[in-house]
Amino acid sequence: MLLSLLLQVVNSVGLAVMGAGIGAGLAILGAGLGIGRIGGSAMEAIGRQPEASGKIQTAMLIVAALLEGATLFAIVVCLLIALNLK
Amino acid sequence: MKRLLTLFLCLCTFAGFAAEPTETGEKGKAFNPGEVILHHVADSHEWHWFSTDNGNFVTYLPVFAYEPGRGLSTFSSEKIAEGKTYGNFKLEDEKLVTLDGGKVYDFSITKNVAALAMSSLLLVFIFASVAKSYNRRVGQAPSGLQSLLEPFVIFIRDEVGKKSIGPKYERYMPYLLTVFFFIWFNNLLGLTPGAANLSGNIAVTMALALITLLITLFSANKNYWGHIFAPPGVPWPLYIIMVPVELVGVLVKPFSLMIRLFANITAGHIIILSFISLIFIFRSTATGFIAVPFGLFISMLELLVAVLQAYIFTLLTAMYIGSAVEEHHHDEDHSHDNDFGTAEQRAGGSNLAHLAQPDVAAH
Repeated sequence: MLLSLLLQVVNSVGLAVMGAGIGAGLAILGAGLGIGRIGGSAMEAIGRQPEASGKIQTAMLIVAALLEGATLFAIVVCLLIALNLK
Repeated sequence: MKRLLTLFLCLCTFAGFAAEPTETGEKGKAFNPGEVILHHVADSHEWHWFSTDNGNFVTYLPVFAYEPGRGLSTFSSEKIAEGKTYGNFKLEDEKLVTLDGGKVYDFSITKNVAALAMSSLLLVFIFASVAKSYNRRVGQAPSGLQSLLEPFVIFIRDEVGKKSIGPKYERYMPYLLTVFFFIWFNNLLGLTPGAANLSGNIAVTMALALITLLITLFSANKNYWGHIFAPPGVPWPLYIIMVPVELVGVLVKPFSLMIRLFANITAGHIIILSFISLIFIFRSTATGFIAVPFGLFISMLELLVAVLQAYIFTLLTAMYIGSAVEEHHHDEDHSHDNDFGTAEQRAGGSNLAHLAQPDVAAH
């Protein structure tokens, strides 16, 4: 029953846009997991050696920005699909 | 008094973005959030400040259209605003097209071009005055704008330039500082009400990434190309896949710089605009109590993203330049690995050198 509801909605906007939505969600899932892991390791490292916290923080921010860059590649693709931009 | 000011500034976030979409022509026309949001983040031939019940407050920017064969036409974009046609031109989806289908090159001053000119002038003005005060106040402590900018300049010089590029950092400092402050200023200016989304324009970020690529390629030494065409420590049969991968890597790195900055800034603007659009979708002021705090929170995050993206762009540029000018210092022979006394003599060992010599005169 849920499936028929979903297919009804898809019919009105199109399979491509639904794909874009799912893609965006998956991209954010990956980003969340990745940045969470980076943050977790950074916290652990700071806990073990508080004097190095400046360096660790800097490195954490850099890696997080790189990861976010990759995520935004995926988001840009999803946006291109959803807004039908050529 | 300070609290009143804070409260007032918080309320400004609400007014700045929300003023525009209330009047889109006839009453009862459905609010199309996608269209409104895209209109706010995209470039345009006119500068739309806001709309009220009495009309739109728009600054019409000049259009310079060159048709090969017929020459340059100059006119105000008022003539082609709102679907009107003028001469051989009309606007289709914010793009200038000719009525007879001929080719036209659009050199107009669009919103982003005007914003670029204004922010460049602002940058030049600020830094020229800071440079002048350094000349006037030789040997004295910095004051005024100098004190504001000096920590950032020193930070870029020490943490980004020296650490990533090494001994030859001074040649590249002007570019690194320009890129950092240009991106940061434009990110911040893009967040103000009625502003142009300049660093979220992919053409602008492409230009910056292209300049980074050119600087990297033109300052690359034999070592760099050697590592691309003959990666060290790789058995020669693998060169068939490694060399194309390395070559693609040379292009992909600036490309990722371009996409990262563009997507971060544009996505931030889209999020803020979506929260404000919520109010217009639900057509109720009560939604404001949810939308404005969320919008405020995202705006604070955007302030962080503004400086972070500028820093990341600058840092990655410095790292790419650093890898291009790096002198050959890793031998296959690792017998000198624990020889800390010779660390400074190895070219490019700037990390260790930085710690070994107390930098008293640097402050």
